[in-house]
Amino acid sequence: MSENRKFFVYGLFVVVGIIYLIRLLFLQVLDNTYETASNSIKAIPDVPMRGQIYDRKGNLIVFNTLVYDLYVTPNKFKVKDTLSLCNLLKITKNDFDSLMRVAKIYSRAKPSLFMRQLSKEDFARIQDAMVDYPGFEYLKSSIRTYSAPTFAHALGYVSEISKKQLDNQDNLYYHQGDLVGQSGLEKYYEEQLRGRRGVRYVMQDVHGVAKGPWKDGELDTIASAGQNLYSSIDLKLQQYSDSLMAGKAGAVVAIEPSSGEILAMTSAPTYDPALFATREFSKNYSKLYRDPYKPLNNRALSGSYRPGSTFKTVQALVAMQEGAISPGSIFSHAGAPMKCHGHGGLTGVSSAIQWSCNPYFYHVFRRMLYANSEKNTFKASAIGLTKWHDYTEKFGFGHKLGIDLPSESSGKLPDVKYYDKIYGEKRWKFSNIYSLSIGEGELLINPLKLANLAAIIANRGWYIAPHLVKGVGKNNNPLAQYTEKHETGVEPHYFETVVNGMEMAVIRGTVSRGAIIPDVQMCGKTGTSQNKKGKDHSIFIAFAPKYNPKIAIAVLVENAGFGGFYAAPVASLIIEKYIKGHVDRKAYEHEWKNKNLMQNVIILKPQTPKPKEEKPTPPKSKPEATIVKQTTAAEKKING
Amino acid sequence: MARNEQDITQNIDWLTVLIYAACVTMGLFNVYAAIYDPEEQTKLFDLSNSAGRQLMFIGSAVFIIIAILVIDHKFWEAFARIIYGFSIFLLLAVLVFGSEIKGSHSWIKLGSFSLQPAEFSKIGTALMVSKFITQPNVNLNKFKDKLWVAGILILPMLLILVSKETGCALVFASFMIVLYREGIEGIYPAMLLIAIVLFILSLFFPILYICLGLAALAAIVYRFIIPRYDRSKKTLINLSLVFGMMMLFVSSVDFFTKHVLQPHQRKRIDVLINPKADPTGKGWNVIQSKIAIGSGRLWGKGFLDGTQTKFNFVPEQHSDFIFCTIGEEHGFVGSAAVVLLILGLMCRIIFLAERQRTRFARAYGYCVAGILFFHFLVNIGMTIGLMVVIGIPLPFFSYGGSSMWAFTILLFIFLKLDAQRPYTLSRT
Repeated sequence: MSENRKFFVYGLFVVVGIIYLIRLLFLQVLDNTYETASNSIKAIPDVPMRGQIYDRKGNLIVFNTLVYDLYVTPNKFKVKDTLSLCNLLKITKNDFDSLMRVAKIYSRAKPSLFMRQLSKEDFARIQDAMVDYPGFEYLKSSIRTYSAPTFAHALGYVSEISKKQLDNQDNLYYHQGDLVGQSGLEKYYEEQLRGRRGVRYVMQDVHGVAKGPWKDGELDTIASAGQNLYSSIDLKLQQYSDSLMAGKAGAVVAIEPSSGEILAMTSAPTYDPALFATREFSKNYSKLYRDPYKPLNNRALSGSYRPGSTFKTVQALVAMQEGAISPGSIFSHAGAPMKCHGHGGLTGVSSAIQWSCNPYFYHVFRRMLYANSEKNTFKASAIGLTKWHDYTEKFGFGHKLGIDLPSESSGKLPDVKYYDKIYGEKRWKFSNIYSLSIGEGELLINPLKLANLAAIIANRGWYIAPHLVKGVGKNNNPLAQYTEKHETGVEPHYFETVVNGMEMAVIRGTVSRGAIIPDVQMCGKTGTSQNKKGKDHSIFIAFAPKYNPKIAIAVLVENAGFGGFYAAPVASLIIEKYIKGHVDRKAYEHEWKNKNLMQNVIILKPQTPKPKEEKPTPPKSKPEATIVKQTTAAEKKING
Repeated sequence: MARNEQDITQNIDWLTVLIYAACVTMGLFNVYAAIYDPEEQTKLFDLSNSAGRQLMFIGSAVFIIIAILVIDHKFWEAFARIIYGFSIFLLLAVLVFGSEIKGSHSWIKLGSFSLQPAEFSKIGTALMVSKFITQPNVNLNKFKDKLWVAGILILPMLLILVSKETGCALVFASFMIVLYREGIEGIYPAMLLIAIVLFILSLFFPILYICLGLAALAAIVYRFIIPRYDRSKKTLINLSLVFGMMMLFVSSVDFFTKHVLQPHQRKRIDVLINPKADPTGKGWNVIQSKIAIGSGRLWGKGFLDGTQTKFNFVPEQHSDFIFCTIGEEHGFVGSAAVVLLILGLMCRIIFLAERQRTRFARAYGYCVAGILFFHFLVNIGMTIGLMVVIGIPLPFFSYGGSSMWAFTILLFIFLKLDAQRPYTLSRT
């Protein structure tokens, strides 16, 4: 009878064995809670220095400065004279107490961040004295530093990665606390600038004492430094452009036509990029955000304006290429619903551009739309507009040019579909859309497109997408898309006709007398952009010299008035500065630098400070701090 | 004699010896891994460290094995009383001359080595129990003989308890397995099981709930299980007595844990229930042990590459917590292999015991399997958080001379008896 009892004994052994195996399977394979709680191996990220940014002459624009973050370990901290310590750190006793309290809550035994971003000078000042205060230690860190308070819009800024960005990243590169480019070049070239983070795995014993690399560093990865950017910007020209735009709202974009490289890009009013690289980030950001003149807005890229008369150059080119007019066509003022500024007799396209004759271009656009065999004016307008649209699109209108910045606007170039939607199919014709002929109406552009137009005319028919970086990692190594020529499909000799008109416009046309640059042949076209809210925006596009042009430029001054009187002087000074290296017209320069047109600028009413969806957090470059956090997180998991 | 010796090597169960050798070798390497310090490049052949000493213990165990195989098999049965008596003597001696190590007064110092008589007392007790219950005139169903067996077991247990080796004393519960096999009524192991279950339940649930549950159970048993014709007043009284006893037991558990157990023992029980209650104190072992094993994943971190065990996160990593090192460095594959190896050894011993021709040899085999099982159950259970932390070694793996020798002797006496089986057959 007890013979069968052996089976119970076997059963008991096997059941216990199976229970243990299942438990081990959960503990070691299925559930990684205990693995992640592992506290003997610490991963130390090795964050490389972010790439620096140079201007086209090799001057540093953006670089990294060493700063020190001060950490405190409350357990080791024993100080009798707290007051002298406060004096040393330049903080009040209250600040000190609250900082210490935060540190104690975090951990008494582990270092926690006490003060962020002590400059080298501050650090040098307190370094020796701090020996007397045990429990404090420093970790090196770096912040973005700018050699000049300019170019903020294009450079963008760097800050600690937000929760949302962390959750939405595609290939899971970033960790909590990482710095990431949030706008401008910092964002566009983030991957090149940041380099690649390395990780060192080190072992530590139960007391937290380092015990050397894990597996002899087999699994470690070496950090590769961020790549430098070689910007096409001319820092001196940029600052000069900034100074001319002081006291004005608007934008300047200057391009080297042969390469598409942007020489200067100003959006006024502007701000100092260094404001965003300090501990005061949040304060500075919200202050700028609330500014009624919207200095955070990059007007050169994301502004929306009508091109005004500058667009007449495109109208002339398209119509000539299409055969709707010839360079010698002459139209009377009769029948046109718009006024002319008053000028001598016209002899053709060139003189029409010289005097920017509105009725002339009314007829040009009319010819363009009706230059087909269709007799029905509605149908003919649709056919004509489609052709016109195809040409104009190639000048960069109605779509992004593809500049290496994140916030470019597409602008608006109306097509048949667009008008069909407004008026209904075949229920509109030339007489509904004639405003387009002089660059008004439904057309919207940004100053970058205007500068690109100037470059197209300077090149007599083609452009390379404007860009700010001519070298990634090494000089003269732009991204592939910035070597590709875009043709407009308009023949070069038609361009000569327009160029001649633009030359005459400067010498004896719509441009104000003072804007003539001694010894430099500048070709320009004025524009006056209507807007509902206030005085016209003053626009000027130009390039120089006439042959073998070195610079193409667009200037837009908001709510200033007629193009030839405000934008043209600014453009002419920048061109002179760039081509000659200096400006001879000192008095003129002085006048324009000090001209304040801000009182005219229309402040858009609804200035309710609507909080941004995602408020960027202050820049913080403290990888070590993150580790501390990670290990505690693990501990907290255990501690419950 | 010459023929006899040749037969010994022929008849010895080589599978068991192989498993034994595998366990001991793996144990040695894991002890080495547990104490290995990468900065000092710890040597294996160095008596100044635990691994070197463990190697020496194993070496000397080989001589012990040879001695056991040479000694006539009848010796163990014939001298069982004397060996048991000697064990008791040693346990008494340790109370007088013993020195205190790690809070327990259970070591006898012999030069630079210390012996733990408690470990060896298992052998004497196993022999004595086997001898006693297999006497022809002994019937385990008789109350008098039960008392005798209880006495044989309780005497060493009490002495070990006095020397504060609670874990070692609890091992004697494992003799229930042999008693069960040798014919004691099923009610006794059942009672032991019920007691364990109730004990664990009473740790996790309020006493009142358990008592209510038991009352409900009693009602169900009376109403549905007991046949109608049996539902007399007498059965009702018996039933209430049984369940009353259970409730009394449950209530006493609370008293026991609160007032009888030492504070450190009570802490260990608390920690089993909720390891997070005291993460840096008593819960530390349990948590760190689970982290070490859990961090091994499927394949482990590799030999000598364990980090949790190496940097002293797990206390007693080379002795009682040796299983952590195995789990961390060799992963699930390694730890499952060890579990299966020990399980295989226990089942093999039961298999061998069942084929014995003498009751003594069979009973002794069950004693050996039972003791191994208890150590396996408690030691691995505590490292993976399923058992209270009770400081008893993992047989053949844990560092320690006393346990290494004691388990070797325990196992090889049985293998000697087994090897002699063909000849004993002709004798009786």
